[in-house]
Amino acid sequence: MQKLARCLGALLAGLAAVLLATPAVAQGSGETIHGTLTYQDAPVAGVTITVSSADGEEIGVAQTAADGTWEVPVPGPGDYTVVLDAATLPSTAPGVARDTIETTVNSQQRKVVLFRVGPPESGEDQPSPEQTSPPGEGGEDQPPGDGSAEAEAGEDVTATAGNNQLLQLFISGLRFGLILGLAGLGLSLVFGTTGLTNFAHGELLLFGAVAALLINQAGVPILLAVLLATLLSAVFGWGQDRGFWRPLRKKPTGLIALMIISIGVSLFLRYLTQFIIGGGRETYDQYTYQDPVEIGPVFITPRDLVIMGICVALLAAVALALTRTRMGKATRAVADNPALAAASGINVDRVITVVWTAGTALAGLSGIFFGMIQGVDYLMGMRILLLVFAATILGGLGTAWGAMVGALVVGVFIEVSAYVVPSELKTAGVLVVLILILLVRPQGILGRRERVG
Amino acid sequence: MPDDNLSLTAKREAAVAALADVPREPGAKKPDPILVADDVKRHFGGLLAVDVDHVEVQRGAITALIGPNGAGKTTFFNLLTGFDRANSGSWTFNGRSLHGTPPFKVARAGMVRTFQLTKALSKLTVIENMRLGATGQRGESFWRAMLPFTWRGQEDAITERAEELLARFKLDTKRDDFAGSLSGGQRKLLEMARALMVGPELVMLDEPMAGVNPALTQSLLQHVANLREQGMTVLFIEHDMDMVRDIADWVVVMGQGRILAEGPPETVMSDHKVIDAYLGAHHDQSLAELEEQLETGTLAEEVAAELGQAPAEAVPVEHTGETKDGR
Amino acid sequence: MDWGNILELSLRELIGVQAIVFALAAIGINVQFGYTGLLNFGQAAFAAVGGYGIAVIVTTYDMSFWLGLVVGIVGAIVLALLLGIPTLRLRADYLAIVTIAASEIVRLVGRSAWGRDVFGGSDGITGFSSAFYDLNPFTEPFEFGPFQFRERVLWVLVVGWVLVAVCTLVVWLLMRSPWGRVLKGIREDEDAVRSLGKNVYAYKMQSLVLGGVIGALAGMVYSLFQGAMQPDVYATNFTFFAYAILILGGAATVFGPVLGAAIVWFAFQFIDLALRGAIRQDYIPSWFMDANDTGAVRFMLTGIVLVLLLVFRPQGILGDRREIALDAR
Repeated sequence: MQKLARCLGALLAGLAAVLLATPAVAQGSGETIHGTLTYQDAPVAGVTITVSSADGEEIGVAQTAADGTWEVPVPGPGDYTVVLDAATLPSTAPGVARDTIETTVNSQQRKVVLFRVGPPESGEDQPSPEQTSPPGEGGEDQPPGDGSAEAEAGEDVTATAGNNQLLQLFISGLRFGLILGLAGLGLSLVFGTTGLTNFAHGELLLFGAVAALLINQAGVPILLAVLLATLLSAVFGWGQDRGFWRPLRKKPTGLIALMIISIGVSLFLRYLTQFIIGGGRETYDQYTYQDPVEIGPVFITPRDLVIMGICVALLAAVALALTRTRMGKATRAVADNPALAAASGINVDRVITVVWTAGTALAGLSGIFFGMIQGVDYLMGMRILLLVFAATILGGLGTAWGAMVGALVVGVFIEVSAYVVPSELKTAGVLVVLILILLVRPQGILGRRERVG
Repeated sequence: MPDDNLSLTAKREAAVAALADVPREPGAKKPDPILVADDVKRHFGGLLAVDVDHVEVQRGAITALIGPNGAGKTTFFNLLTGFDRANSGSWTFNGRSLHGTPPFKVARAGMVRTFQLTKALSKLTVIENMRLGATGQRGESFWRAMLPFTWRGQEDAITERAEELLARFKLDTKRDDFAGSLSGGQRKLLEMARALMVGPELVMLDEPMAGVNPALTQSLLQHVANLREQGMTVLFIEHDMDMVRDIADWVVVMGQGRILAEGPPETVMSDHKVIDAYLGAHHDQSLAELEEQLETGTLAEEVAAELGQAPAEAVPVEHTGETKDGR
Repeated sequence: MDWGNILELSLRELIGVQAIVFALAAIGINVQFGYTGLLNFGQAAFAAVGGYGIAVIVTTYDMSFWLGLVVGIVGAIVLALLLGIPTLRLRADYLAIVTIAASEIVRLVGRSAWGRDVFGGSDGITGFSSAFYDLNPFTEPFEFGPFQFRERVLWVLVVGWVLVAVCTLVVWLLMRSPWGRVLKGIREDEDAVRSLGKNVYAYKMQSLVLGGVIGALAGMVYSLFQGAMQPDVYATNFTFFAYAILILGGAATVFGPVLGAAIVWFAFQFIDLALRGAIRQDYIPSWFMDANDTGAVRFMLTGIVLVLLLVFRPQGILGDRREIALDAR
């Protein structure tokens, strides 16, 4: 959509340029050269692009707009040279693969020229910062669906890990799955207790990650920032339920309407984040990179060990809480049958609020962990959301156990599949498997059949 | 409506006469069965919700299926009509096996059901609800739908039939209202009328009287009785023994998934197994209270009244997650 | 700020190509969601399949443009069958998640280096639209008030609006037929419809296929207009946008999607230009937002409008509240 927005911007710019700035062209046949400059899915603005004719005469200069689009009208069909001035690239963009592109414009054509922002040269020779990460980091460092240059250049660096590659991938998947499990608990429990399929759940992860980022950028040490951001997430979840979802439930609002409302919430939060932190990728000031230590046959960073430890501890704590505490049992009762739970004296609203609060806190924390590993950008929630969905569906929607097991399966699968599947298609692979499983065992995953009549 | 309307008509006499020699025992053979079920089983987890050895439904009669809540009546209905899948068993309708047949084919075969929680399509008008019931509509094929002249004539005929039925069910004044604006009883009537649009041989009514204003029940009973007069066979689920006594020619009692007893209404109601089945559902009441009710003969009403109110969800057998997501 | 100019450019978007593309996408969703109650969150995939159909056949395999059209349509039908078979028997939200997953699969495969030889990677495919523009009968630009279009754009607009009109006509015809009545019944309660002897599964499938094919037309129009098929255009936001448009215009109404699309693109253009103008003139302080942020503001607004609509006016502009399916299930 962002691209679409950009294309729209290009269209707009084109229309504006053609119809207003250069009326002469509007009368002609309207050949233009245009394109969109992005890096890691974010537009790159303010870059100078020059178009010259085949005989070296300069035709026009454009600067990329805020949405990364640029457009240069050309006098007619012919061969042109398009040059990107790498010196005008912002500091966030490492360079451009090829700064000069020759192209042929046909009659009446609006020719698209795309520069690949990324490390200079083809990208394979000179690894991007992410690629210097230790073996086993190969995974989430390229978030699914990420910027083109990176995704294409980012073939498995783990291939160098030799015999231990599978094991290394497995550990990587375990880490991914554990963090995913943290994220999935909230989604699954909220679904179980309220029936809401929350498409804004990804943005709960994003909230945590961004809160930690902003607190961190304000000068607070990262560990304290993590703590504060998790607390903030809890408050955010509490407030969201009390101030937004509960009134809607009381209204009452149908489940499909709620689902689409959650899409609206997701769009709003996502682009509010873009408004605040911009389209680029930000990192915390610590723990973004560590030297891995060798433990037996695998390499792992101390940071990841700690993250995995925290995840295991929290998942265990939630499991214990659900089975041992009064509130936990009440939660399971509500998830099982809200009407019956209410009839037996359980305060359903309170349970739901607790679920929202705890679920959002856990989601926020998992967002922070993802942020530590792969950086924070405003699209991270959307990217992870589908995997969380896959995890909770595989495990059985609405149950805490299902979310945990499903997340581990998805995490390990997505990483280990990199052994055979190009890493840029890992996410696609998981989603295909999700669909196949639904095809083969819908009932098993659905958990229970519904009664008719 | 006075009782004499419900009592003796030629059709009823014929039905009663045909069933006169049938033994009063579970699984009894009928002279002219329209529906025969054998060894039908359905598990929910470890629970055997339906376990019917053999049951036959007499053609042209009104058969009532009674039993306490959780006895598996609705589940049995669901199995017979293809809405749920049996773990084992076989059943035939008009001699044709319907095991594994999807619900829409069951309906087309002439066995049409209604639902306990009325499924009037509330965002369609009453007449549209009725028209939807007609089978074999040419305009329901995707390509012909775009060519109105291919289905216009048939549509008119359907509308005419629908209006006749609406008039009979006294819904003709509501013709163009949204079904959602009808009262509970009117919805039941609409659902019944819509089922008749399918042109069924066997009408299966799941608690046609549940949730209906008591003032309307007599008229509903009359409509049910009329179905037999028009040559249809009726199988209906009911809690209220009084209703059953008034119109049923034959009663089948279910409890804990099994057929406990069969027979004409009077016989069945004095059967101790039946009373036990209902008492089983009533164990939380004091014994003294129950005895008093037995003596005064109000037990049946009491049971029906209470069960009618109790939400089905509260019972583990028939509950399989329907409130799970609020639907 | 030149309000006249801003208004003029915005008015142009009322009937612009974006409006056509999203009107088509929303008409498709209207058939599926508005009338049948199917939550297809993968309309972007259908549009992408339509666009790739032409692009791959013409550019990659150097075959006829017309074959490309057929492949795009058939591709959409196949996709609908693939998605429908496993999910149409399941609860509504399963279809939602499977279709949204499918749209990401299509996009990820399309943009992958692995499939670059066929799909052109993340840069997409260009050079497939000349056959389409060769058919262009217009030799003069069009001018009428604010509506000024170059002949190339004019050609896209004419073809596009004809498609919108045909699709609207088909939906209108279908929804007043017994076929449409069955769909509406399914939206309300599929078990009731099943009990009346209708093959619900088949009807749902027909609805999914019809909506998907209309969605594929949207992708074709867009990629022909752009002269490029870029996979990232068809991200999940494409679908969500179409939903917002449909709900604004009115779900389960014949003209709702078209009206919604025109209004949304007019409003977007207007807000965008006004914001940019205000930023340029320093009416909006630069510490608060710069021209980079106008895109984000647009999406934030979409989100807010979606929420407000569903809370306060779920029937949209044209709908009848008693008739919409949102409170169901």
